[in-house]
Amino acid sequence: MALALSLALALVTAVTVYIFWRRLWWLPVDISRHGRGIDQQFLLTLAVCGGIFIAVQLGLAWFVWRYRERPGRGAAVYSRGHPRLEMLAMGVAAALFIGLNLLAYRIWAEMHFTGESPGALRIEVQGEQFAFYFRYPGPDGRFGPVHVDKVDDATGNFFGLDREHDADSRDDIVTATLAVPVNRPIELRLRSRDVGHSFYVPELRVQQDMVPGMEIPVHFTVTGEALKHNGGRYEIVCTQLCGLGHYRMRAFLQVMTEPDFEKWLARQAAAQ
Amino acid sequence: MRLTNHSRAASWVAERRGRITPIVISFISVAGVLLAAACARKPAGDTNTRPQPKVAINPDTVGKVTGTVFFEGPRPPRGVIRMDEDPVCAAKHPGPVYAEDGAVNDNGTLPNVLVYVEQGAERYAFSAPADPVTLDQNGCLYVPHVLGIRVGQRLRIVSSDATMHNIHAMPAKNRGWNLSQAAGAAPLEEAFSRPEVIIPVKCNQHPWMRAYVGVMANPFFAVTGSDGAFRLEGLPPGEYTVAAWTATFGTQEKRIAVPPRGTVRLDFTFRGSER
Amino acid sequence: MSDARQGAIRARRGAAGFIRRSVFSRDHKVIGQQYYFLALFSVLAGMALSVLMRLHLAWPKARVPLLGGFSPAGAPNGVMTPEYYLSLMTIHGTLMIFFVLTIAPQNAFGNYFLPLQLGASEMAFPRLNRLSFWITLAALGVLLASFLVADGPPISGWTAYPPLSAVGSIAGPGEGSGQTLWIVSISLFCVASLFGAVNFIVTVLELRTEGMSLMRMPLTAWAWFVTAILTLLSFAVLLVAGVMLILDRTGHTSFFVPGGLIVSDRIIGHHGGSPLLWQHLFWFFGHPEVYIAILPGMGLVSHLLSTFSRKPVFGYRAMVYAIIAIGFLGFTVWGHHMFVSGMNPYSGFAFSLMTMAIAVPSAVKTFNWLGTLWGGKLRLTTAMLFALGFVSLFVSGGLSGIFLAQPPLDAQLHATYFVVGHFHLIMGVAAIFGVFAGTFFWFPKMFGRMMNETWGKIHFWITFVGVYATFLPMYFLGLEGDVRRYAELADKFLIPLIPLHRFISVAAFVTAGAQVIFVANLFWSLWRGPRAGPNPWQATTLEWTLPSPAPADDFAGRVPVVYHGAYEYGVPGAEADYVMQDAAGPYPAP
Repeated sequence: MALALSLALALVTAVTVYIFWRRLWWLPVDISRHGRGIDQQFLLTLAVCGGIFIAVQLGLAWFVWRYRERPGRGAAVYSRGHPRLEMLAMGVAAALFIGLNLLAYRIWAEMHFTGESPGALRIEVQGEQFAFYFRYPGPDGRFGPVHVDKVDDATGNFFGLDREHDADSRDDIVTATLAVPVNRPIELRLRSRDVGHSFYVPELRVQQDMVPGMEIPVHFTVTGEALKHNGGRYEIVCTQLCGLGHYRMRAFLQVMTEPDFEKWLARQAAAQ
Repeated sequence: MRLTNHSRAASWVAERRGRITPIVISFISVAGVLLAAACARKPAGDTNTRPQPKVAINPDTVGKVTGTVFFEGPRPPRGVIRMDEDPVCAAKHPGPVYAEDGAVNDNGTLPNVLVYVEQGAERYAFSAPADPVTLDQNGCLYVPHVLGIRVGQRLRIVSSDATMHNIHAMPAKNRGWNLSQAAGAAPLEEAFSRPEVIIPVKCNQHPWMRAYVGVMANPFFAVTGSDGAFRLEGLPPGEYTVAAWTATFGTQEKRIAVPPRGTVRLDFTFRGSER
Repeated sequence: MSDARQGAIRARRGAAGFIRRSVFSRDHKVIGQQYYFLALFSVLAGMALSVLMRLHLAWPKARVPLLGGFSPAGAPNGVMTPEYYLSLMTIHGTLMIFFVLTIAPQNAFGNYFLPLQLGASEMAFPRLNRLSFWITLAALGVLLASFLVADGPPISGWTAYPPLSAVGSIAGPGEGSGQTLWIVSISLFCVASLFGAVNFIVTVLELRTEGMSLMRMPLTAWAWFVTAILTLLSFAVLLVAGVMLILDRTGHTSFFVPGGLIVSDRIIGHHGGSPLLWQHLFWFFGHPEVYIAILPGMGLVSHLLSTFSRKPVFGYRAMVYAIIAIGFLGFTVWGHHMFVSGMNPYSGFAFSLMTMAIAVPSAVKTFNWLGTLWGGKLRLTTAMLFALGFVSLFVSGGLSGIFLAQPPLDAQLHATYFVVGHFHLIMGVAAIFGVFAGTFFWFPKMFGRMMNETWGKIHFWITFVGVYATFLPMYFLGLEGDVRRYAELADKFLIPLIPLHRFISVAAFVTAGAQVIFVANLFWSLWRGPRAGPNPWQATTLEWTLPSPAPADDFAGRVPVVYHGAYEYGVPGAEADYVMQDAAGPYPAP
């Protein structure tokens, strides 16, 4: 029994390590400028946690085998502990964990504690059961006001714009695909119209909840890497449980070169 | 030392046991009240069901109403429907898709107008139709966009799309429902038990999808098509209020008198500014 | 025990009817057993729901026999709809977290054994204890009643985030009366838990027997004590939040619903509320709840590793301080559930730091568990196997917490199967392994008979391998960005993951099937198991000084006197390799 348990523990460890080592399943390709820092932090954390994982599981396996009760073995070692050793273990754990935290803090600060970049492209993202819609401010750079009573999905007025009366709304471009140019800072404003949603693009290394009543900024820059996969097309999925169609709430992120993007935007503007 | 502590605690407990009971009872009653409040149903709205003797219709004397629904004034801009989120939907539409609400026919008439006898037919007896009314989902649009159905008549919901839909009926007077229908799933059947104009129906997974269902107490109703015309047949002679409901331009009512075996001409005209 | 005393007990049993002995009994042992069977029912129901969920995830078009009859709207012709999946998920989570993980380790074992281990003959408030059980049972009834209402149980998950959970049936099926029943059930549960917590705390502080200083208490008692404090402080907050949510739904208040919402084309009449307020209140409860579920298991595992290694707990003091530290820090980390919630990102750093801090006492505990095994004489009973399994699972589940505690990594892994794997391993199956270990260990004392060890070990092996095969691959799903709470894998980037999902489902079916062995063993042993002596495991704590099963009046008014700590195994110079806590004698040396 002791041998079997030791082997089982060793096997679990070996299989886990093998899968991580060979990357049989792994993070999706990274298409964002801030993603590299996240991926490196992930690898570092994996190294630290992997080391602890291997040490503890194999230690457990060895102890189970080594100290099993068997004929001829004398009494157990009478030990109430080893305070110095315990303090050491605590110190090492604290140093490792807090160290990881401090390193992660740098990346988090880079993502969130900076303001909007000059020249950033601002796009409004609205979530509703069960779709995302996007709004570009048009040439005037301003988003027109939202009128709750004007919202009408059946006529495509997802944002509740009054183009007749609001000058700012007239050139707003409403789309159902999020198209962005490469290498240009993007500033998203996330909103929800009904219940909680979340904006998640695994390849972009961005996940942010969309909370009713709040406007939450997110910024990122897409790298040229994005154009090399899937024709620049990625799925935006909802990760905050929002009702029966949660699993189908999605839109597409289309990454383009700057000229292609300008052409696309002009086409969308014409079709409003 | 511990021993005295123990007995002290025991007496402390005994002393207070009497005081705990009322607290407990009040907790339970609060919970009970909350439960009752949560489960209490509002009393049913209209209970206007005075029993009246119903009259059978004499088929020899019935007349009809025919007419057209016109539109005057500048046509409103038509909204664009974007189906990017679901390629299954988009694939069924080679060109751009425009919103059906607010559409005007080329000949200046209005489609999707529900014309129905609102008042005057209450005293007649009607047998409930056995055949269901079908609502199809095709290309992520409802077909038809506007439909009339009788009280108690079955509404049969089918899907011609290879994608998941949910059908969310949002009545004010009837029981609402919200059901998923997967690609290739069996048709769903529902019915409404009270007359109501109008019940919006929506698919939340394709938020642009909307149908309007009018639940009718009598068989005298019609929905206009691409010619804007309608025809109400089999009306016993008498006075009626006829209503024309539109999704975008409001509702109009007209009073008419139908003579025995007569045909009454009735037109409606909506204007762009009425909303 | 004298004949006269036994006769008296029998007479009392005879005089009192069945109802008096069960329905109105204020005996902590009867109540503990009732809690145990309530949790057993809940865990089997919750597991059945998870089997349906796994089936739907792997084979969404599969037709389940009988399900169409049970729930014609949720599963027309036996094929589950997405909303039915979400209902199952919501009730699965609620049953498991509230009615299993909160009940079994704390209320079932704690009620039965806390007074016995402390040398007390009852809980401080027996009547409150009885009431607490009945309210819990009522809460379970109200929860399950949601299957009977027109549009079924709620679909908003065990976290019930508003506005989805607050605006009524317009937001989706199950969000009508089903959601209201859910909140009422949880509020009732909170009330019962508060009663229970007060009872545990007062019992530990006031009813310890002579010589039972706090630092001589078994670690199980320590864990129950700290857990009760957590329960008192956290369930009070959830109760308030629950009442606020009920008021939002039925009283048109706006605690959690902001203005200007349009749900399914309808303008919602609320204004001024904050969805984040609910998240803060909920997770202020929700994170301590995780420790409420796991702390008793940690205490029990320390206890068992020592007992079956025939060796004192390695670093008893450190273990006690770790339990206290985890309990205290547990209240400062709730924000790590909310890194991407829209909360101020600056606070993310603080919550991350506290979360890393709470990992330190957990690491100390793990280190000391290994230290306890070191140099021991391991008796691999079924209870010990489950305790060892607990350590392995706790580490495998806990380490992924180090990833999730870092905001930038959480932003990638949040709401994916990485999180599902994490909490199922550490708080789901690790805690359940604690319950299994407790069952095999204490069954003789609770029912006077031994459970079958052979079948126990078969059950352990299938379960141990099965839970790893089920939950470890979820980490890999999470890396790939597989989003949790999805009824189907419809997205292009998720479709390649279907084979792995099918593997997980098959593993889950096998593991679930193996639980039949446990249930059969349990009930068979209740009537047919070999009779147990007073101390079959040669353990030291006070419950083993009583006959098995423990007599109705516990210590019969006798006040046991405690001379030793709880883990005096293998004391050099002692006659046996264990010294009972109440054994008068010179050893061990101080």
